[in-house]
Amino acid sequence: MDPVLLVASIMVSATPILLAAIGELVTEKSGVLNLGVEGMMITGAVMGFAIAVSTGSPLLGFLGAAVASAVLSLSFGLLTQYLLSNQVATGLGLTLVGLGLSALIGSNYEGQRAPNLPKLDIPVLSDIPVLGRMLFSHDFVVYLSLALVVAVWAFLKYTRAGLILRAVGEDHESAHALGYKVVRVRMAAIAFGGACAGLGGAYVSLVRVPQWTEGMTAGAGWIALAIVVFSSWRPLGVLVGAYLFGGVTVIQLNLQAAGTTVPVELLSMSPYLITILVLVVISARGAHGAPGSLGRPFHASS
Amino acid sequence: MIKRRTLLAASAALGLVMGGTAFAQDVPKIGFVYVGPVNDGGWSQHHHESAMQMKEHFGDAIEVIEQESVPEGADAERVLTQMALSGADLIFTTSFGYMDPTINVAEKFPDVKFEHATGYKTADNVSAYSARFYEGRAITGYLAGAMSETNKIGYIGSFPIPEVIRGINSSYLHAKQANPDVEIAVVWLNTWFDPAKEADATQALLDQGADVVLAHTDSTAPLAVLEKAGAYGFGQAADMAEYKPTPRISSIIDDWAPYYIERVQAVLDGTWESHNTWQGIGDGMVGIGEFTGPIPEDVLAHVTQMKDDIASGAYHPFTGPINKQDGSAWLAEGEVADDGTLAGMNFYVEGVSGSIPN
Repeated sequence: MDPVLLVASIMVSATPILLAAIGELVTEKSGVLNLGVEGMMITGAVMGFAIAVSTGSPLLGFLGAAVASAVLSLSFGLLTQYLLSNQVATGLGLTLVGLGLSALIGSNYEGQRAPNLPKLDIPVLSDIPVLGRMLFSHDFVVYLSLALVVAVWAFLKYTRAGLILRAVGEDHESAHALGYKVVRVRMAAIAFGGACAGLGGAYVSLVRVPQWTEGMTAGAGWIALAIVVFSSWRPLGVLVGAYLFGGVTVIQLNLQAAGTTVPVELLSMSPYLITILVLVVISARGAHGAPGSLGRPFHASS
Repeated sequence: MIKRRTLLAASAALGLVMGGTAFAQDVPKIGFVYVGPVNDGGWSQHHHESAMQMKEHFGDAIEVIEQESVPEGADAERVLTQMALSGADLIFTTSFGYMDPTINVAEKFPDVKFEHATGYKTADNVSAYSARFYEGRAITGYLAGAMSETNKIGYIGSFPIPEVIRGINSSYLHAKQANPDVEIAVVWLNTWFDPAKEADATQALLDQGADVVLAHTDSTAPLAVLEKAGAYGFGQAADMAEYKPTPRISSIIDDWAPYYIERVQAVLDGTWESHNTWQGIGDGMVGIGEFTGPIPEDVLAHVTQMKDDIASGAYHPFTGPINKQDGSAWLAEGEVADDGTLAGMNFYVEGVSGSIPN
């Protein structure tokens, strides 16, 4: 088994869930539980593919996917933040809408081919033997996803805006009393989460598979949601979680292809086992790390 | 009084409407259940298209109802019950995993006829129909062996069921005919349709040194990945012509339409009887797509000859001597596998490495 190819494959496989999970992390940090990640991802997948095929530019495809999924997520925001609908039910509805909508839009794009997204060989770094091919000759979205993790971490930890976002998520009553616009902050966080999920979806349809097929995200959005919990709402934890999930999938397939005798079922199961274990450890410790107002409705009058 | 008269008129009108529906119900309703979306580009799409050809053949004499993306298992039983309740006369269940649900529902609806694809269980009102895909696998397997430069071919398995195991064995035996040094690597996905997983599996096989990959799943994702890598593959269940001339260098095409027409005709004639049918290249149920790409002349001649020989019955893809994986003898020199063993095949032939998951 060639470790260079393996690590490169893991990075590609983990990127869609990493993007979706880091977006959802920001949404949840603001106190909103959006279960519609799968629906936003698949919408991103179809819009990204459609735009890339029509314009011939994968870059525009990614951009369009982010915008489309952000718009879709704002419909969730409108319902939950202004009309105070139940977040869990609305999020599930968003997934169903996304799946149906994408099937409708995508029916004309079945069997078409996506324009190729060129690999970005980082000068100098990509010439390093072994490490260069392993880490520094991917497409730009892989680097973007890693940069986003760092940016989100720095934003939440070091900026005033990040502090406000966390305050809104921890205790919206107090944040409101201090004069922060709870609903506006949350709408922005929801849109960011949508845009990231859209990028993740477009990565599946433009790079990882590359084609459009109905239902092609096949549950990646739910894994992204699990990763946010797994990370106990920490950006670096999201990175670890996404690479763990992506890694196990790829290693499992590679072990099979290499003809080893490790039981497949055990490997496929392992990320979920680890998630349960982490949850047990977190709850045993008492501090689960979830934002205090997560999933609770807010109205300025209450 | 007026009220009562209105009521009478209303009920008369209602009676007419009911009569009308009853009349519409006289047209036999034919149901189809698919495991994936009808535009998956492969297995389900081909069943759907065959169903549409059948519908075109009969026109208004029948009515077709379809349900796509039905998971195998308990959900299938619900969908089938629903279809039977809504008045379907004949239901085609088009995936292996529908076998037990079909048998269960058929027991509750003795007047409804069922046709289950690729299974082995039958009942008085349940037929089984399948195609001898392994005949097609012999040809694509030979091509894979001949085209591989790394002497390693990959096989993406869906579920470890006899149909898939037959495909692996047939592919390997014939790849070896073309290239004695060839090895086959098998990856099991436990799904029929998951493009991202199929793409990852293809990539894993390529990373492990395979340069020709045969897929036993339903989407075109493996071909999309093979195209990027400059490797070869085959259309599966459908021609997948959009990937001509490479990476797709040939294909196994399922043609169900003649069978569907025949069976629906039997229902219309009242001559439908339960049976268990298994048709191959000779009967036209398994088609071999056009050979494309840089296939050498002698290989082309060989596979064309092989196709004709299989069609005429002169050659059986499982002809001895063949040993089982553990080295024990299965078929003696010149011996041909019987259908019973093939239908329940649960072992690899000698030379295939790895074990079959439970």
